[in-house]
Amino acid sequence: MEKITTIEGVAVPFRRSNVDTDQIIPAVFLKRVTKTGFDDALFHAWRQDPDFILNRREYQGAKVLIAGPDFGTGSSREHAVWALRDFGFRAVISPRFADIFRGNSGKQGLLTGVVDEQTVERLWERIEAEPGMNATVDLVAQTVTVGDLTVPFEIDDYTRWRLLEGLDDIGLTLRDEARITEFETTRESWRPRTLPIR
Amino acid sequence: MSIVSQPETTPAADAHIPERPRTLAEKVWDAHLVAKGENGEPDLIYIDLHLVHEVTSPQAFDGLRQAGRPVRRPDLTIATEDHNTPTIGIDRPIADLTSRTQIETLRRNAEEFGIRLHSLGDIEQGIVHVVGPQLGLTMPGITVVCGDSHTSTHGAFGAMAFGIGTSEVEHVLATQTLPLKPFKTMAITVEGELRPGVTAKDIILAVIAKIGTGGGQGYVLEYRGSAIRALSMEGRMTICNMSIEAGARAGMVAPDETTYTYVKGRPHAPEGEDWDAAVAYWNTLATDEGAAFDAEVFIDANELEPFVTWGTNPGQGVSLSQTVPDPSAFSDHNERAAAERALEYMDLEAGTPMKDIKVDAVFMGSCTNSRIEDLRAFASIVKGQKKADHVRVMVVPGSARVRIEAEAEGLDKVFTEFGAEWRFAGCSMCLGMNPDQLAPGERCASTSNRNFEGRQGKGGRTHLVSPLVAAATAIRGTLSSPWDLIEGAN
Ligand code: SF4
Repeated sequence: MEKITTIEGVAVPFRRSNVDTDQIIPAVFLKRVTKTGFDDALFHAWRQDPDFILNRREYQGAKVLIAGPDFGTGSSREHAVWALRDFGFRAVISPRFADIFRGNSGKQGLLTGVVDEQTVERLWERIEAEPGMNATVDLVAQTVTVGDLTVPFEIDDYTRWRLLEGLDDIGLTLRDEARITEFETTRESWRPRTLPIR
Repeated sequence: MSIVSQPETTPAADAHIPERPRTLAEKVWDAHLVAKGENGEPDLIYIDLHLVHEVTSPQAFDGLRQAGRPVRRPDLTIATEDHNTPTIGIDRPIADLTSRTQIETLRRNAEEFGIRLHSLGDIEQGIVHVVGPQLGLTMPGITVVCGDSHTSTHGAFGAMAFGIGTSEVEHVLATQTLPLKPFKTMAITVEGELRPGVTAKDIILAVIAKIGTGGGQGYVLEYRGSAIRALSMEGRMTICNMSIEAGARAGMVAPDETTYTYVKGRPHAPEGEDWDAAVAYWNTLATDEGAAFDAEVFIDANELEPFVTWGTNPGQGVSLSQTVPDPSAFSDHNERAAAERALEYMDLEAGTPMKDIKVDAVFMGSCTNSRIEDLRAFASIVKGQKKADHVRVMVVPGSARVRIEAEAEGLDKVFTEFGAEWRFAGCSMCLGMNPDQLAPGERCASTSNRNFEGRQGKGGRTHLVSPLVAAATAIRGTLSSPWDLIEGAN
């Protein structure tokens, strides 16, 4: 997983609340056998509408999604994070996230920052005044900046540390690899082995 | 205490003596601690055996590929094809595109990452939870995981076995460990003697009806008591298999002679000195006298009757001699609403005797009840009989080996003469991912483990039962216990 310190890119004022994971990625896409390539699935139903915000030219190549409260509710599918990431998003800002979605995001390198509702409104207004403008999400300073507006966001220390270090769950465990190897040397010979085939 | 009387060796010996009595689950957990979590962080637990199948593994392998990580221990990993595989015409290409893609993906991944795979047509192919024990890979005192909730099956051997999600599958493939918080423990004590015709399936359905589908949440269930001791390994697997239906992470039974007899001599069972060392260790696993459980439940085996579900979750069950319950009898508001919905979906009326309910199909199979002993039990009832005309009966062995074993005993003849379809191994109608499905509105007596809406096919209605009840039902065409056949004969 890439280490994240700052994310800079086009910001989308996503004026929707209660965006559940079914809307982020509909169930039909869950049949796939890969962990990437879900960019076409993101907000699939909404994207059928040519006026949907992500279809607008100013917002192409967006990296920062600034959404209303209760983002990522519903089914716990990890695909929701994959779809956002594959589409190009590196950070989502919202007044409130569903717990499981936020947990999944932290593990997959998608930054989720919390700001209050009034601040989200200010961010939206600032971006709408100049559609297509960049936002800078600074994970070290814990701030979001659009133009002359800089606001702080919240993220828990543990997730922040993991994102700064670029550690996914596996990377985290592998920091203990020496201990795993040591444990393996004590593993009794009667314990099962699938190979060689007997 | 005199210092002189303390032998020099005491500290070393002490290291092996627990400070406090421990449960079976705690002992297995402690023996797999790679690192103890501090400040509320999870422990890191070593995994002895990782079972893989086609549905929950593709993205795990894809994740490894993206990160450039290998499988850490291919020699502790084994894959089979089961969830999607057809049970007839297995020599023909799989018609359903998603199923075929998943199976082909597993084959490619196994090849690329060096994983042992038993494909459709292979003698060791079958439901992952039938194959592990059959190969002697499942044994006491080990940790087993699989991207499938019914991994709890393997706990019958005194193993700590639980289902995991796809990202955890990737984690185990890459590290052979899992970060986990300790589970709570619940003792389920079943004392007494089962009456003839009452089986392990009836015990577990009664347990779930008693504690509810959420009653086991966060717990490892340890089944104990004389009725559990008297069960075969197949029976214990049936019980542990359905622990998850009570919401539990895992179910366990302490190993004993029954366990050792089952494991010994299987292809991957320990041999020679290893066997002796293993048994010596396994004998230490049983829960210590005085160990505390976080919760306890008692079931009287003498009282149990053949059981059946009437609703759409495995906790909605009654004895077969009872009637469909009246939702208004449930004091809990949520339970009442669930019962009302269930009766509507199941098209049942409160007060109807369970035995008056007519079925369209009987499914004998799934990782709950598709081992050789289950097939023998089913055969013992249907031998020399004819199925009810209107009932479709499908018998699906849990593995290719079970199929061969059954055929060697002539069970296939018993089934086909009875009028049942004798199929190839797989999950089949347990979840209807392959073409084995119920039609909308069809009603089925099924030896599987889930009676959720649409589980066996869209609009299908499932009654969970034991193999003996399934057999009696197939003969009479209505939900029936083996006792009804005897009464009928009188
Ligand atoms: S038989 Fe049913 S419950 Fe068992 S592994 Fe297959 S699908 Fe899951």
